[in-house]
Amino acid sequence: MKICWFHLMPYTELPEDFKEKHPGVWVEVDSSLFDPARAHVMYNDFMDELEYAGAQGFDAICVNEHHSNGYGLMPSPNLIASSLARRTKDTMLCVMGNSLALYNPPIRVAEEFAMIDVISGGRMIAGFPVGTPMDTCYAYSQNPSLLRPRYYEAIDLIKRAWEEPKPFAYNGRFNQYRYVNIWPRPIQKPRPPVWVPGSGSVETWRMCAENDFVYAYLSYWGYKSGIQVMKGFWDEMKAMGVEPNPYHAGFLQAVGVAETRAEAVKLYAEPANYFYNRCLHLDPKFTQPPGYTSEATVRARLDSQIVKAAAQATLARPANAEMDNILEKGHVIIGSPDEVADQLREVAVNLNVGHLMLLLQFGNMSKEVTNYNTRLFAEKVMPQIHGLFDDKWEDHWWPKPMTAAERVAPMAIPA
Amino acid sequence: MSAPDERRGTAPGGGRFRVWEKGSGPRVGYFAGLLGLPRWLPFLDALARTRRVVAPSLPGTPGGADWEDLDSHLDWALASGDAWFGAGLDGADLIGASAGGALAAEVAALWPRSVRRLVLIGPLGLFEPSDPISDVFAQRPGAYAPLVSNRPAEVEAYVRADSNDANEVVEWDIAQQRTRNAAARYLWPLGDTRVRRRLPRITCPTLIIWGDDDRVMSRAYATRFAEAIAGEVKITLIAGAGHMADFDQPQAVAEAVEAFLAR
Repeated sequence: MKICWFHLMPYTELPEDFKEKHPGVWVEVDSSLFDPARAHVMYNDFMDELEYAGAQGFDAICVNEHHSNGYGLMPSPNLIASSLARRTKDTMLCVMGNSLALYNPPIRVAEEFAMIDVISGGRMIAGFPVGTPMDTCYAYSQNPSLLRPRYYEAIDLIKRAWEEPKPFAYNGRFNQYRYVNIWPRPIQKPRPPVWVPGSGSVETWRMCAENDFVYAYLSYWGYKSGIQVMKGFWDEMKAMGVEPNPYHAGFLQAVGVAETRAEAVKLYAEPANYFYNRCLHLDPKFTQPPGYTSEATVRARLDSQIVKAAAQATLARPANAEMDNILEKGHVIIGSPDEVADQLREVAVNLNVGHLMLLLQFGNMSKEVTNYNTRLFAEKVMPQIHGLFDDKWEDHWWPKPMTAAERVAPMAIPA
Repeated sequence: MSAPDERRGTAPGGGRFRVWEKGSGPRVGYFAGLLGLPRWLPFLDALARTRRVVAPSLPGTPGGADWEDLDSHLDWALASGDAWFGAGLDGADLIGASAGGALAAEVAALWPRSVRRLVLIGPLGLFEPSDPISDVFAQRPGAYAPLVSNRPAEVEAYVRADSNDANEVVEWDIAQQRTRNAAARYLWPLGDTRVRRRLPRITCPTLIIWGDDDRVMSRAYATRFAEAIAGEVKITLIAGAGHMADFDQPQAVAEAVEAFLAR
């Protein structure tokens, strides 16, 4: 099993009365709450945490893209990833990812991912999300019913830009280019592995199968709500004749580990409460732009109980997420190392997921606690679950970097 | 209120769409607003007393032709022309409400000799940053109907399925969603279809109707349309009406339209 360390980079100082006084954390989030000097500290703390996780032996470190968002400070995850490429050695770099329809031209993504792949010596995992309604249709004003057609066309264009050896012309519905010929080219051939974060759309499942992409279910609502979605995914894979290789899938889970469960509750209750009640305080007016969900998916949700349940699990948010609820519903897994290992093993096996993407920092968790969580997980949890699946399955969706001997390290700067 | 006659119109390329019509007298076309025309309206019934009211369904709206491939404003303007000519309305009067008003203005601008008189009821299509229109596509649950109408409960009933058959309800709901999706295609994100630069091509006499309680757009938008249209323009305010003026005050709007078209 591969264990990836995922950072959302939440702004950690939203006020206590945020939920009562502000309509939402996204799109119209109150800019007076943003203190650039404090964010300077946060960014550097967060990058320290990612680099520390890489050094502690996590298989990959992950960053993602959000816009006008108080719980995601990365409008450009590529900027962060390029910096991480310099300060990490062996861990893979997962940009999860670039919302393709927001890049004009989309070959910009092919270029920047190729740059990160080359700088890092082939450690790049390329994430291709459609993007949330808030990011794409509202913060970036993309036309909702054209978002997916643009996204699919961008995937086609980017893949060709990576793979075709000669300049080519592209005449798409949205993109017309006389000369496509990116420079640099990625280290990984024919291209870096592509992972697609999704939220339960049937079309995305099929697209991942057809293109040999990893499907990663990125929900903040944990494994209990994820069961339905992943069952739907694997049912669809079976129907399409795709083998049930767990490495074809990824799953996001928030985790807090301490020496004892009591200690874990003490450490992680407040950050979890902050995450679910402040970071995920969404204004409902920005969640359903007309046309964002395709008619095919709307029909599937109306026709299929599984997909319908998945959609509800994804959309349903606790009106007031109390800590007991957060734990009981499995939004966050916390406990002693053995307890966490047992639960994650159960998650991985039940959901048949080979790529666990863990939020070991969430909400307003401090750097000190985050690094403690990371270290304890690496030392006492990871060894218990790391070998899962490897006796039966090969991970075809993992980067193939240059050897350690071939890769260069940054020069030590003399004082 | 009896049901209208129903027939099929055909667009170049073979797209088929529903045409509802009722009444006798000179023909007047009707392009419906953001909700499409899922049901016949009292306003159209009132007009049908003196006119042959012809309502072709625009692409994506209930009964309308396919809309998914309409990418640009030119595509939408041409598709609106297809509905106009395909319904046999060449030379008739044209009424467009809200989103349908933006497209009616396109037809009158692109084919000025084809439209005898034009009526725009709270037309969308312009956006002035200093006087922004409401975001009709970002409303909290339950907030849309009170925003667009002074009779919100009736608006909600207007778009609600009236059936005990589960499949019919599903199809009805999908059709209402599709209508919103299609409107958002040409109005996203601001409601500015760039029709402003084409308004000087409108040469026919034009009546602009505005609900005096329109909470989507300020009255200044009526003036903006009036100043840009080349033909003679009259603005009429309707008391007690919101953005959906013809829905909120069907008799008053029908009387104003009848008086204008009879001239």
